[in-house]
Amino acid sequence: MDFSLSDEQLQLRDAVQRFCEHEYPAASRGVPDAPARMDERWRLMADMGLLGLPFSAGHGGSELSAVDVMIVMEGLGRALACEPYCSTVVLAGGLVAAAGTPAQADALLPAVVRGERRLAIALDEPGARYDPLPLAAKAMRDGDGYRLDGRKTLVFDGDAADTLIVAARTSGAPGDRDGVTLFLVDATARGVDLHAYPTLDGRRAADFRFTDVRVPADRVLGEAGGGLALVEAALDRGIAALCAEAVGALDALLELTVDYVKVRKQFGVALASFQALQHRLVDMLIACEQARAMAGVAAMAVDGGDAAERARLVSAAKVQVGNAARLVTREAIQMHGAMGMTDECKVGHYAKRLLVIGQSFGDVRHHLRRFGQEALA
Amino acid sequence: MKLQFSEQEEGFRQEVRAFVRERLPEDVRRKVERGLRLERHDYVAWYAKLYERGWITPSWPVEHGGPGWTPVERYIFDEETLLGNAPRIIASGINMLGPVLIAFGSEEQKRRHLPPIRRSEVWWAQGFSEPGAGSDLASMRTSAVREGDDFVVNGHKIWTSYAHFCDWLFCLVRTGSGKPQESISFLLIDLKTPGITVRPIRGIDGGDDLNEVYLDNVRVPAENLIGEVNKGWTYAKYLLGHERTGIAGVGASKQQLARLKRIAATVRDGGRPLIESPGWRERIAALEVELLALEYMGLRMLSGAQIAAAPGVDASLLKIRGTELRQAIYELLLEAAGPAAVPFVEEALFLERADEAPVEPELAALAANFLDSRKLSIYGGANEIQRNLAARALLGL
Repeated sequence: MDFSLSDEQLQLRDAVQRFCEHEYPAASRGVPDAPARMDERWRLMADMGLLGLPFSAGHGGSELSAVDVMIVMEGLGRALACEPYCSTVVLAGGLVAAAGTPAQADALLPAVVRGERRLAIALDEPGARYDPLPLAAKAMRDGDGYRLDGRKTLVFDGDAADTLIVAARTSGAPGDRDGVTLFLVDATARGVDLHAYPTLDGRRAADFRFTDVRVPADRVLGEAGGGLALVEAALDRGIAALCAEAVGALDALLELTVDYVKVRKQFGVALASFQALQHRLVDMLIACEQARAMAGVAAMAVDGGDAAERARLVSAAKVQVGNAARLVTREAIQMHGAMGMTDECKVGHYAKRLLVIGQSFGDVRHHLRRFGQEALA
Repeated sequence: MKLQFSEQEEGFRQEVRAFVRERLPEDVRRKVERGLRLERHDYVAWYAKLYERGWITPSWPVEHGGPGWTPVERYIFDEETLLGNAPRIIASGINMLGPVLIAFGSEEQKRRHLPPIRRSEVWWAQGFSEPGAGSDLASMRTSAVREGDDFVVNGHKIWTSYAHFCDWLFCLVRTGSGKPQESISFLLIDLKTPGITVRPIRGIDGGDDLNEVYLDNVRVPAENLIGEVNKGWTYAKYLLGHERTGIAGVGASKQQLARLKRIAATVRDGGRPLIESPGWRERIAALEVELLALEYMGLRMLSGAQIAAAPGVDASLLKIRGTELRQAIYELLLEAAGPAAVPFVEEALFLERADEAPVEPELAALAANFLDSRKLSIYGGANEIQRNLAARALLGL
């Protein structure tokens, strides 16, 4: 049992922090960036080695752990960085690294590491809420390949992706655990129809319609029909990373609020002198510290081998982070008073990012149920 | 970072678990499991086993009979003993006075007092709070005036937990008229000394753990002064800050959460056990997640991680969150009892007469335990005081 970071990890943390301070100055956080600016940052992240963090050296990566990913995500969260790191590197990149054939990995990962190719996962379907299982999208055998039909929704960073990982059913009925297959689909393939839109946090997501899309057999990712376990593991990796991002955002919100109550004066004294606020600030601090501990637990669980234990602890972390985000955003807005209601104030931008994280990949109740299946079995 | 305990630590866990299973007297185990009343002989029966094994004073240095455990081993010991439904080590002699004697006592005081504490032969009560001095402890007024070789003590101590069990009192007394914190001394007082009256205070749960102690011209030999005159506040602060490993009460929460699951598996609502209802499952799961978050926050601090935003407030945060979580678990236990929480047959809170309870034996003490749990956020520095301390660090006040 050890929560301490190694010297290398401390260096990584400092490097990410320096990068973020330079690239995301406090005053411009939450202000939409021009696409060219985001592309430039993506290249810088590639140059720093961040995009290859979890991948093998053979693919140009540095073979680091989920704890290292956590360190990066926490830094990005604190800076309100909006690049598709989680989508490309953690979720989709992680799936390719875990399940791809050597040829698939060679074709995709070095390009991801260099910042030349972006990926996204297309799992959710309209009306399925947080359950990956109903899965109505279908892929039928067609010669030596497949024909893919179906709809996917809320594909984060979908419009920036060059390659999508699409989950579709190759056998069985909606609800069956078996029969789910993952496909690598080029975003520009014939029959791929994209509808992109902004999300609450100022980022982008997309709905996709796949109509008779031909996918060669060598684009099946992992074993045909055995994709669900891969998806679950990938989602847990992604959730652990998002928990870390949330911890960074929570830290920033607490810091903004502490700074504000020390400066803002009413009735001739700083707000910080009021005990009614002091005690609530301590509750915010506790929420942040518990979220931090659980984000660490989630990262370590993702690196561990046991799937049931991973599910239990990642869900626990998502619940804790979700509850912490609710408390800390509510109080940060309240203590900023009317300023907290403005777009100019940074609080709202962090609040919206935390809200999106909270409502994505399973909300508190979803993960409480999932946790309960393991813990109260 | 590493999530697992080491092989050695896991081995230690098995060792403690087996020890509890084999050596904890069955009647004591059942009393703890059901939240029934414990008397001094129940504690002593268990403490004697711990003494034999060399485990009775986990926080003491090895040269004074401590087991030499790492903080993690102490943590595991707490957790395993509580999960096995052993009584907590509540003895103030072990938890509070021992470390003070070791740090500040004379050789003679150590020689005289430490061994009987370890053997549970002499029980100590803590004489700190007074009717006019609760959270504001430094405003206490019980006085000690030097007369020849004695101090003459007059005053009134209150909330002296377990004083009705105890043989001796370690007591804060005022010995000067200067700044409150600089005119307090730390005295050891034999409760059999003439002039002392111990009066039990009936608690909200019907129990008599609380007491008040009247001191009327009590003559205390000057050799019973700890350290120097007017330095008592320093020793008291050391005492209050000493035992922090268990401050989050994770083991106690796990014990009660296990009890909650046991009860939710037997109590039925609409013909089905509570544990099968989605609403109950969700609420129990929510507490379990909270407990994990508390546990890992504590373990993270134990492994040396600092709270960047507010250094040095670990103990306050753990105390606040730990006690509030324990209270939340007791609230859910109470709800699980439903109407069974209403009857209150005090005799049935003693194991020997448990069959007089008009409800299931497992439910008989729930309401009393729930009420008793309200003390958690009051004692050991009320949670409001802990929040004041943490806020001061967070805001740089």
